Amino acid sequence: MSQPDFSHDGIRTARGIAFRYLFMLCALLSILTTVAIILTLLIDAVDFFAQVSLVDFLTGTRWSPTNEPIAFGVLPLISGTLVITIGSALVALPIGLLTAIYLSEYASDRRRAYLKPALEVLAGVPTVVYGYFALVYVTPAIDAILPVDLSTFNALSASIMVGIMIIPMVSSISEDAMSAVPDSLRQASYGLGATKFTVSTSVVVPAALSGIFSSFILALSRAIGETMIVAIAAGQTPRMIDLTDPAGMFLDSIQPMTSAMVQIGTGDIVGQGPAYKSLFAVGLTLFVITFVMNLISELVASRYREVYR
Amino acid sequence: MAADTGETPADGFGRVSRTKDVAFRLLALAATLVGIVSLAALLLNVAVDAVGWLDWQFLTNPPHPNPYEAGFLPALVGSIAIMLMIALVTFPLGVGAAVYLEEYANDGYLTRFIQLNIANLAGVPSVVYGLLGLGLFVGLFNIGYGSVLAAAFTIALLILPIVIISAQEAIRAVPDSQRQASYGMGATKWQTIRNVVLPRAMPGIMTGTILALGRAIGETAPLIMIAAPTTVFGLPNSFFSKVSAMPLQIYNWASYPQTEFQYGVVAAGVVTLLVVLLTINSIAIVIRNRYQQRT
Amino acid sequence: MSRDSTASLPAGLGRRDFLAAASVGLSGGLAGCTGVFAAEGNNVNIAGSSTVFPVTEAIASSFSEQNPTVNLSLSKTGTGGGFGNFFCAGRTDINNASRSIADAEIEQCGNNDITPIELQVATDALTVVVNPDADWIDCLTVEQLREIWRAGGATHWSDINEEWPDEPFELYGAATTSGTFDYFNEAIIGEEENHRSDYHATERDRTIVQGVQGSEYAMGYFGFSYYSENPDSIKAISVDDGDGCVEPSIQTAMNGEYTPLSRPLFIYVAKESLEKAAVRDFARFYMKRAATDLVSEVGYVPITEDKRDENIEKLKAAIEEVTA
Repeated sequence: MSQPDFSHDGIRTARGIAFRYLFMLCALLSILTTVAIILTLLIDAVDFFAQVSLVDFLTGTRWSPTNEPIAFGVLPLISGTLVITIGSALVALPIGLLTAIYLSEYASDRRRAYLKPALEVLAGVPTVVYGYFALVYVTPAIDAILPVDLSTFNALSASIMVGIMIIPMVSSISEDAMSAVPDSLRQASYGLGATKFTVSTSVVVPAALSGIFSSFILALSRAIGETMIVAIAAGQTPRMIDLTDPAGMFLDSIQPMTSAMVQIGTGDIVGQGPAYKSLFAVGLTLFVITFVMNLISELVASRYREVYR
Repeated sequence: MAADTGETPADGFGRVSRTKDVAFRLLALAATLVGIVSLAALLLNVAVDAVGWLDWQFLTNPPHPNPYEAGFLPALVGSIAIMLMIALVTFPLGVGAAVYLEEYANDGYLTRFIQLNIANLAGVPSVVYGLLGLGLFVGLFNIGYGSVLAAAFTIALLILPIVIISAQEAIRAVPDSQRQASYGMGATKWQTIRNVVLPRAMPGIMTGTILALGRAIGETAPLIMIAAPTTVFGLPNSFFSKVSAMPLQIYNWASYPQTEFQYGVVAAGVVTLLVVLLTINSIAIVIRNRYQQRT
Repeated sequence: MSRDSTASLPAGLGRRDFLAAASVGLSGGLAGCTGVFAAEGNNVNIAGSSTVFPVTEAIASSFSEQNPTVNLSLSKTGTGGGFGNFFCAGRTDINNASRSIADAEIEQCGNNDITPIELQVATDALTVVVNPDADWIDCLTVEQLREIWRAGGATHWSDINEEWPDEPFELYGAATTSGTFDYFNEAIIGEEENHRSDYHATERDRTIVQGVQGSEYAMGYFGFSYYSENPDSIKAISVDDGDGCVEPSIQTAMNGEYTPLSRPLFIYVAKESLEKAAVRDFARFYMKRAATDLVSEVGYVPITEDKRDENIEKLKAAIEEVTA
């Protein structure tokens, strides 16, 4: 960066300029994609909101797009998404954070060299495979081990699987943030007689907090958008949840936003009525939520990158 | 912590902390392993279930409602056809965008906006890309519901941000001195990119692209959204043929009632998908090890 | 230093080799693709009822083994979705249907110059199922079924019969979007009442099987084929339509005793699509196989041979019309 820039386009050749703009077009395509996503969602969502009021959509507590009496309240779907998010957060955040501490503070280079790729595999398994695992292995196993009355389709196995899938997202970004904490901070605490535990929990974690926070948000955003695991294993029962009743939340069938989208997408819906358009309204809601979360995560992350640069 | 140490007798201090330290170390190690071990257990389960189902007949037959006759061929070929198309679309676009961002763009407002936008696109849920494909390719461009082209374009847009980001990293890793040397010999920017930057960055770009293709081959939700058919018989014979894909066939088989499907045919499908995925990723790793760490 | 300079030479060569190999691989792949993509237009597209799906799947599978170059796609969209969004819009050649085509759908097809030809391919029996541990129940009258499934009806087993457990039902049924729902609604609930909405509704019959397996107080209904595949894990209920209890079976559906829960299944072929050789071949093949074991193996009742011959004549006439 500090070196002088001797580059030039070679103005004499039109080719040099042509390539410049060709490449620029490729980069602008990404903006075009975002615009296309927003437009696709908005056009049909606007149609939808012409028939169903925005207030009814955002505050309604019944979701029944095809079954009389028809209702388009998105809250039951958001509840379903919330259950999966809470469940997967309970799995992934502590495990991911401890993993990051282990990798950054304890593991030898050699051990890290094979643990990290092994963890990345968790995020690389196709989600349809996780969904299948949740349905045919995890649910029966939990049902056999725990003395609970678990429905065939339930939020518990689905959120455990989503949680396992997002562990590497938490651990790798958190570990990056922890590795970026200057060694001088660690040395200073060791000098004061602190143990590795104290250094990890009282020095490194607080210093890397914004990175950790950023990883949490990104991972949860991924959990919110996860589709196949919940479509296969969590059921199709849109319902309001009661946060004070964890058993009711997790042991029964729910329906998150993504799963409702799959149901509408594959369902027997004729024509262009509100039932079909609701697909785009839910899609827009999902897009806005995840977009805001990704943005926050990105902004927080760029802050920590600057602190220890 | 400080309060604790202040009140504990000196001889107990080290011991207590040590116990805590060791306990914490083990806890952290256990946390690191729990996900890996769970996945390994599940993979073992599915591999055992697939035994006896995953055979030549399964790989070469069309689907069938009878689990003993069900085959995976159209889904397998469909997935590979989509993947090749995706590679053809994303590779030039992804490299182009990365070259622009790394080699041409100044650090201005537009560049930062594009960069932030790409990072955000990488986090958009795949089901939303499915809606984009439905609205854009199936609706507006009318290239057929569930066709090879619609599927490939939709998933290509989905993995494009990942391809761009990894290509950018590969290009950034090319030492600046090499560019300066090229300019010093009077090469233009384009000549430098073509003769110096891209050849050097190519293994990294290939690795990133292939890994992204691995992600693409497991995508299901976008295919569902563009109304890809439940089941396909025979192979795709045009770009507008309806296409099935491995994860989609797995999803649909998982809803068949017979336990032979649940714990047999689907397991065989899952293992096939994972083997293809593993092969793709191994190719990427081989390329990376062979060409990247040489210098 | 020296290590660096010696290593960079083979690396450079290797890169060139690699690029050459990559381009060879890519062009090879492309050549292979053009081979595959050359045989254009050989497509048959089918959508529609998930009830008819397994019949068409079985027939398509054996057709495909004899005609591997035909690309045959099959979607589960429900009967109405199949007609409205695909068949009558000219996007599919054949629609699976678990009921006759409605007048509005005929009109929509007509507006797009599509002439549907109705061909019955099987008979379906809906089955009401309970958990095998529910030993108090073997038979229900149509009225009792209506009371269980109508909106505002009974909520507990004891509401139907005082001797039965005082436990709430756990109900699994077809999603409102499916032909199975329409059929059950029409046959059991009738026009005066509404089907209840507080039940587990799904397009996926396995959900119902699994749900009923999971609870002693559960009840569900779906196509007979799904029951015939899981006869041990769930228990079928006989239905009394006024003439005593009749058990659902291939036998009772075929001879018309199992009322009101048996019905004909159809495919609709677009006459215009018969201009395509692939669609013609497939439709002929389908009709020849519809009276065979292929159908009973997936759990439906095959049509009689007379009906089959009638279908073949109908199809032949239509083909002659479009190819003449």
